[in-house]
This record gives sequence, C-alpha cells and structure tokens, in this order.
Amino acid sequence: MSMDLIIEAKDVAKWYGAFQVLKDINLTVRKGERIVVCGPSGSGKSTLIRCFNRLEAHQKGEIIVNGITLHDKMRNVAGVRKNVGMVFQHFNLFPHMTVLMNCMVGPMWIKGVAATEAKKTALRFLERVRIPEQANKYPVQLSGGQQQRVAIARSLCMEPAVMLFDEPTSALDPEMVSEVLDTMTSLARDGMTMVCVTHEMGFARAVADRVIFMNSGQIVEDGNPEMFFTNPQHERTKLFLSQILKH
Amino acid sequence: MLYPDTVEAEVLVHKPWFVATMFAVILAVFLAFNLTGTTMGELMRPVIGDPLQSGLYGRFAVAFVVAVIFSLNVVLIGFAPLKVQIAIVWFELLMLFLAFFETFHLSRPFIWEKLPFLITQGAVTTLYVSAISIVIASVIAILGAVAKLSTNGFAYAIASFYTSFFRGLPLLMQVYLIYLGLPQLGFVIDAVPAGILALSLCYGAYMTEIFRSGIQSIDRGQWEASRAIGFGFGITIRRIILPQALPVIIPPTGNQFISMLKDSSLVSVIGVWELMFLARTLGQKTFQHMEMLISTALIYWIMSICLELIQSRIERHYARSKVR
Repeated sequence: MSMDLIIEAKDVAKWYGAFQVLKDINLTVRKGERIVVCGPSGSGKSTLIRCFNRLEAHQKGEIIVNGITLHDKMRNVAGVRKNVGMVFQHFNLFPHMTVLMNCMVGPMWIKGVAATEAKKTALRFLERVRIPEQANKYPVQLSGGQQQRVAIARSLCMEPAVMLFDEPTSALDPEMVSEVLDTMTSLARDGMTMVCVTHEMGFARAVADRVIFMNSGQIVEDGNPEMFFTNPQHERTKLFLSQILKH
Repeated sequence: MLYPDTVEAEVLVHKPWFVATMFAVILAVFLAFNLTGTTMGELMRPVIGDPLQSGLYGRFAVAFVVAVIFSLNVVLIGFAPLKVQIAIVWFELLMLFLAFFETFHLSRPFIWEKLPFLITQGAVTTLYVSAISIVIASVIAILGAVAKLSTNGFAYAIASFYTSFFRGLPLLMQVYLIYLGLPQLGFVIDAVPAGILALSLCYGAYMTEIFRSGIQSIDRGQWEASRAIGFGFGITIRRIILPQALPVIIPPTGNQFISMLKDSSLVSVIGVWELMFLARTLGQKTFQHMEMLISTALIYWIMSICLELIQSRIERHYARSKVR
C-alpha cells in the first residue's frame, strides 16, 4: 500500500434498513487527485462521501482515511474529521457567528490555535476565496454563492488533506454557480485533493482526473473524463449523459 | 405581527356599520343598568335635574352621553398612528382600573405605612426565591433536554420519569411534600430552601421540554457541519446548537419566569415571608384585606412588566444574526 493514498474504500456496503444504498464500493483517492462523482439521484453518491468522514456509518467493508480505519468503536473520529474538509449543499454556516468567526472557530477550538493566529489564517483563506471584505458580516447577509465560498474557506482553515464537496452548487442560482466553481477550480489547480459530488459536467471535464459514475449503489464507471464523456462503457452512463447533455 | 395585507382600505372603527352597532350596544347596556345614582348621574345634574327624580329620561340621557363619549373616543383613536393608539388604549384601561379600585374607598395612609415593608421584605423575597429557582431550573432543563434527546436508555428513562412526575403533580402538593416529607427522611429543611427546591424541580420539568424543543428546532445540517469540522459533542451543543436555540428558548422561558414569579406565592403556605404571605397577614389585624391585596397585586404586576421588558431586550439582542 503506497503512502500517498488518502482515501481507500474496500468492498464497502451500507443499508438503510432493508434497502441497500452502497454495494461493494471499491475506490481509492491518491494525494492530489481530483475526483468527480456523479450519477442519478438516489444512487448513493452523497452517502458514499459522507462515509468518508463518518457522518454516515458503513456496515461492511473497510474505509481507511489518512491511514486511520473508520469503524464503530473508533475513539478518534475527530482526528479523521479535522483532516477532511466537507462542503455541504446548503452551506451550513453557523448563523450566529460572523463570517470571520465561522472560519476561526475550527482551528481555535480543535487545534488550540491562538485567536490572533486563527484570524490571520481565516483572512488568508477568505482572501483566497475572494471575499475578505465580508469578514465581519453574518452569513444571512451574504448571497448563496458568497456563503458557499465562506464554507469552503471555513474548511480550508483546518488545512485538510482532502476536501469533500457534497453537491456544492445545487442550491445556488445559476449566476452564482460559476463563482463557486471558479473557486473550486483554482483549489484544484493548487493541488488540493478533492472528491466532489456534482452534476456540473463542464467542471468535471475541465478539472477532474477521474470521473466516477454511480447507479443504484454501485460504481459502474470509473475513468478519465475524456473516456467518460466520449466513450462511456455502461448503458446506464450513456442514458445519463444523454439526459443531462441534452439541453 | 400577523401578515399585514395591503388591500384593507378602511379602518374597522371608521366603518359606519361598526360605529352604529357599537353605539347601539353600549346604549342598550347602559340603559339596562340605571346609572343615575352614580357619579355619572351627579355630573349630569345640570341636564337632568335631580338624578334620583329624573326617571326614564335621566336614565336615557346618561346612557346616551356615555355611548357618545365612548364611540367618539374609539373613532378618534382610530385616526392615530399605531403606537399612539396602543399607548392611549393602555392609558384608558389603566384609568378605568384605578377608578374601579377607587370605588373600594381604600385607606391610603394604611397602604403608605405598610408599603415599604411589603417591598423590602415581600417583593425582595419573592424576587430572590424566583431568581435562584429559575437558575437552578435552567441547569436542570439543559441536562434534562440533552438526556431526553440522547440514545442512552438510562438517561432518557430518568429524564422522562422526572418530567412526567413533576409536571404531573400540583406545585402546591410538591411544596408540601418537600417541606413536610423530607424531614420524615431525616433531612430537616428550612422553608425558603424547600420552596426553592420545589419551584426549581417543577419548573425544571417544564423547561426541560422547552429546551428540548429548542434544540430540536435547529437544523440537522448545523450538527453535521460542526461534527464534520471535528468538534465533539460538548463544543457542538454549547457553542453551536444552544446559542442558536436560545432565540427559540428565551420567549417561553421568559414566560416561565413570569409565571414562576407568581407561583412563588405558593410557598407562602409554608410560612415564607414573601409578597403573598405579607399580603394576607398584614391586613388581617385591622380587617384591611383589600388594601394589602390590591397593593400586592400591583407590585406583582409591576415586577412582571419589568421582566417582560427585560425579556424583549434579550430577544432583540439575539435577533442580531437574523437581520439582513
């Protein structure tokens, strides 16, 4: 096993009651890799990446993140989570804190970083997502796109080894999608390891090293974007692509 | 505020049918009661002559004048801006109340003589018993709410047993049980601590439910975001969830505090010298019950108003992150 594996999933399976959401998932994410996960709704994409920081529990198989195996009895789940940034569909910023505080609390309360240091880091990453001027506002005062960029900055402040994006643009107005995608693209350029659940095929084509297509809990396609878009192997993938590229 | 629709053209109190109906109803009511023997009749003497001799004519004249004054008053208030309307109506209702109390012919010197003691002993005791109780009740409520939301069977069972028991017994019963029951077990307890204990336990049970629903009202995504960053349960509940739940929790908690302020009168039965106890005992010797009861009622009311004001200030403070 090489050391540059950030996420390794072996034969992962998960059930909600009798319904199986994940079926024998095998997936590795190397350092610096950009992976886009797509697929029809209900195919288990979100569930899969939520398993990577154990917001969801898997019942079978093995998930190793940053060298730590995730399981029921683990005591240091926070040790995994502080190295795994997560960006949610609905941003989930803390509404009772200013933008700056949203970015400062992680390093302060988990790593014990001093407030002045945390503020410097926060401002650096707010600069990085191009909204340093909103630092002292509350999340509700920002547009959706701005909120999502703050959420990205909040995750970056923890300086994670990998970033998980769970449909980061699905809740945004069309005009705001591009500002978030631009931010994500520039992150990718800088070599951030990313796993991104999204339907933005343009982003997948431009940025992804690998595109993964999931259908009813299984990975049915796993290849580079060129292959994925021009010569998909699976019938379901062809159907999906014809549906979303129609317009 | 209710949803203000933008199409309502005319104020209700300016609609002719409403004014006419109001006028007719008031006229009818005051015709039914003969007011010629009251102060109103005295004031009308120039018009109706000797009130007692005026008969049906006097009765009608008095009722007519009252109805005109009342309707005119309502119509005029209808022209004022909202805040002025509220102030005027409050003021008028207050005046009516005072006029009502005035008819009891209370002895003012007696009230002024006892008032300082009512406040320094009674009101102060009431306030500090309630304040200590609300603090303890809040602590119980946070623990109880977390226990009721936890997946730990013991915690849930204990918390739900507690809320069920203490919400299920009358507070007066709890006061007696604690004050008279604990000594049976060998703990002799003073009246004041017994009262505080009973109030805290009872209100803790109600507030457990308030805190629980407050915590539950926070979006799941907040928990997920907090846990995904790596915060543990303690930080998540203390610094992420509770601060957001407070705006939901504070209005009903303020309500509970006001209600506790008055329910603290129940500890008077075990001889705590708080407001209610003094109200009943101070006037007893000279049979001036009404004086003490009414002054005490006003003191309770003033204290409640102060609490309402404090509550609305705190609510405004927490509304900060909601304004755009």
